[in-house]
Amino acid sequence: MAYDDSSEPVSASAVDTAPAPAPRAPAPRPPEPGTAGERPAPTEPEVFPQALKVLVAGGFGAGKTTFVGAVSEIAPLSTEELLTQVGAGLDDLTGVEAKTSTTVAMDFGRITLDPRHVLYLFGTPGQERFWFLWDELCEGALGAVVLADTRRLEQSFSAVDFFEQRGIGFVVAVNEFDGSYRYDPEEVRAALGLDGRVPVILCDARIASSGIRTLVTLVQHLLTTVTSVGAAL
Amino acid sequence: MPAPKDGPLLDGAAGRLVRPYTVSGGRTRPAVALDLLTLVISTGSAPDGPLGPEHGQVLGLCPAPTPVAEIAGRMGLPATVTKILLADLVQCGAIRVRPPSRFRDPTDQLLLEAVLDGLRRQL
Repeated sequence: MAYDDSSEPVSASAVDTAPAPAPRAPAPRPPEPGTAGERPAPTEPEVFPQALKVLVAGGFGAGKTTFVGAVSEIAPLSTEELLTQVGAGLDDLTGVEAKTSTTVAMDFGRITLDPRHVLYLFGTPGQERFWFLWDELCEGALGAVVLADTRRLEQSFSAVDFFEQRGIGFVVAVNEFDGSYRYDPEEVRAALGLDGRVPVILCDARIASSGIRTLVTLVQHLLTTVTSVGAAL
Repeated sequence: MPAPKDGPLLDGAAGRLVRPYTVSGGRTRPAVALDLLTLVISTGSAPDGPLGPEHGQVLGLCPAPTPVAEIAGRMGLPATVTKILLADLVQCGAIRVRPPSRFRDPTDQLLLEAVLDGLRRQL
């Protein structure tokens, strides 16, 4: 094979990045959320920050890509998934070949919160037929933002239903498009049949600070849920 | 038009030039379980064993902890194929991985407060 070299560019670049002196450092136990900060350990043994995830959902054209791009500190990426789940176990090359023609893209962005916490945003594929992909996306997610376009509010119904059924905390952010009629958030709440506790806010998906405020509202909402759960116990 | 450098073999208009599973040698399942948010970092030790050029490109993308989804996006490869390449690199000791934190503990108020503080600093 022409590719069987010892991959010298790789080792060169790896050496550049301050080689870790301890080749077999005992795997550090994952820090307990409450106690990790109290250890005076320097950042050396624990190189991994905590990766957290928020989903950005909404109908086609509701502004998911714009929202993720505006708040992300990296140029937004599109992560593709191949739809091969059905035939993957069968070793039938003909079938696999046919299946690989379908891909679905998820927008992906990053916000470094502090050295120990990094928030990743996933713009979920809008079409309902791809929602089986959401199972992996939802696993371990903090919560979700449902972007609503008041010109096509019905497209937000399915995302709202989805998160309600799975008990994932979410806020509804009404993306204010130029030329669209301005609805009062309470009108949107009524139209979507939302629980009174779910925040409905207005946002402009093109503006970073507006997107960050939406995320702040989401986390505040999640915190009130936490507090009420704690109070109920 | 400038000649493409060492980027993924992609052409916006033509689509993918190499069939995705060619890169993974026909394999469709990674040998190590990886999530889209699994963090990956190169260990700095050269991989022992024959690897393809895409493995080298992947390795060059994770000098610092980087999630699988970001590597897939930068490579222009589907997540499944990227996971197969990463699993190869795990098996030959070239990268270390850390599964994502599971937010399942409803009492993890400290974590949410840390997120809230971090977001407010962005404003």
